[in-house]
Amino acid sequence: MSEPRGRSPAGGEAIRVEDLHKSFGANEVLRGISMSVASHEVICLIGASGSGKSTLLRCINLLEPINSGRISLLGQDVTDPRVDPNLVRRQIGIVFQSFNLFPHMTVLRNVTLAPMKVLKTPAARAADEARALLDRFGLLDKVDDYPDRLSGGQQQRVAIVRALAMQPQIMLLDEVTSALDPELVAEVLEVIAELAAGGMTMLIATHEMGFARDTASRICFLEEGKIIEEAPPAELFTNPKDERTRRFLRRIVDAKRL
Amino acid sequence: MDPNQPDQPVDPLTGLPVRTVGGLWAPPGSFATGGRGPRLFTGGGTRATVVSTISTIVVLGILVTVFLLAPGAHAFEHTFLSPTNMWRSFIGNPKQGYYSVGAAIWLNIRMFLVGEVLILALALLVALIRQSVSPALFPIRILATGYVDFFRGVPLILVIFTLGFGFPALNLPFVSSQPDAVYGVAALVLSYSAYVSEVYRAGLNSVHQSQVSAARSLGLSQGTALRYVVLPQAVRNIIPPLLNDFISLQKDTALVGTLGVIEANKAAGIYSETVFNFSSFTVAAILFLILTIPLARFTDRLIDRDRRRRLAGATR
Repeated sequence: MSEPRGRSPAGGEAIRVEDLHKSFGANEVLRGISMSVASHEVICLIGASGSGKSTLLRCINLLEPINSGRISLLGQDVTDPRVDPNLVRRQIGIVFQSFNLFPHMTVLRNVTLAPMKVLKTPAARAADEARALLDRFGLLDKVDDYPDRLSGGQQQRVAIVRALAMQPQIMLLDEVTSALDPELVAEVLEVIAELAAGGMTMLIATHEMGFARDTASRICFLEEGKIIEEAPPAELFTNPKDERTRRFLRRIVDAKRL
Repeated sequence: MDPNQPDQPVDPLTGLPVRTVGGLWAPPGSFATGGRGPRLFTGGGTRATVVSTISTIVVLGILVTVFLLAPGAHAFEHTFLSPTNMWRSFIGNPKQGYYSVGAAIWLNIRMFLVGEVLILALALLVALIRQSVSPALFPIRILATGYVDFFRGVPLILVIFTLGFGFPALNLPFVSSQPDAVYGVAALVLSYSAYVSEVYRAGLNSVHQSQVSAARSLGLSQGTALRYVVLPQAVRNIIPPLLNDFISLQKDTALVGTLGVIEANKAAGIYSETVFNFSSFTVAAILFLILTIPLARFTDRLIDRDRRRRLAGATR
């Protein structure tokens, strides 16, 4: 993989969330989340729909204003109002459930837009870097296609490449396989596993329990806007301590998802 | 697409060859079918073409017959369709006291072109102001809303009168000493920008919020996201209604004639008052049609090309 710029020293703290609260109107979605992610760590967020996983990721990326609490990324308090969110977002890649590729641009343009407009990378170099990344994920023959022409799995891989083109130090993945047909899930999960193996710091909201067990260094179980339990996968999946975690996992097993 | 038949038109959704139906006005190489000439007559298309041709001839024949049998057919023909009068009004003859309609349409074209550029800019500005959420912009937002309400509600001709007769009466330097056509264009721009800003707003709303999220999450500023992600998609979605307004604008340049500006409709009016024959208006109508129809076809092609490019893969 291309060398991330100024990667923080091993063992440093990449993400720190302290007592984060977030409401949409009267609906309190996050009720005091605190967590810490070390550099090169892969954390999976699991929990039922509506438990606050996506909102947490969007808050960390400053896409949602928060009500109270603190978020620090790579040692910088990003909830400080003086911080420029555009600068913060350059360091974090986020990939969405619904891909959100730009439909009016080719795959190549999707990937090069942000490097060219935000980092001011010259067009030729941005294109070279984009081709290298697309090649790495088996998408080189798609560079001139428009997103509507691609399968869901291909679109999602392009979305991941688009985020990687900004050479982020942290990747946030928001249920990136939930909108895919079952047979397309594997190709996307492989990409994420490769990123994890390459040392990318990742915070992943997912319903893929098998993937979470194999890839994550830690699992956080969320319910009603709180982290109920946090443990390495071996421990959380085999010996959950909290009754609510047990109940959730039992439902997953019953649905043959684990 | 079947590589053996590279020219066969293919439906971008199904990937199946398009069966070109000989529609009433679908000529070979029609914009509507995306076909290329000879392909119109492939397969079952031949019979369809014959049927549609016959039915067209029959329908037109009936209409022409009814027209020719009308008691006043001859008078109508002489008043509106007299070739001599049409030619004279087209050429113009200042010594006889009338202007060339053919030359006057050039002023309509210039008013339209200048007006269109200004409208596109002003309407976008108004739309963006109305779409803004910043509390600091609240007063400007109110102003923009008031502007749209006012100019959509007031008849265009009143705006033209007010500017065309009012501004010269103000006796201000520069503002009061412009040619009448300038006041006319200003009135068109004020009135049409109010409409077009609403079209823009619909377009901006048609782009899903997740596109903005995606752009902002990549570090693009609000302005950059708007410029490269939101606006291009918004404009693509509103090309048909935008075109509709511009065809309307082309015709409404004729209203500026009420200020005494010699544009095509005014020139035709002067001819009819001088010679007592309305064929000059037929000339003006034909000239306006010559302007608007190519614009409509051009936009059809733009939309078609964009759709095919997005759905059928890259065409480089």
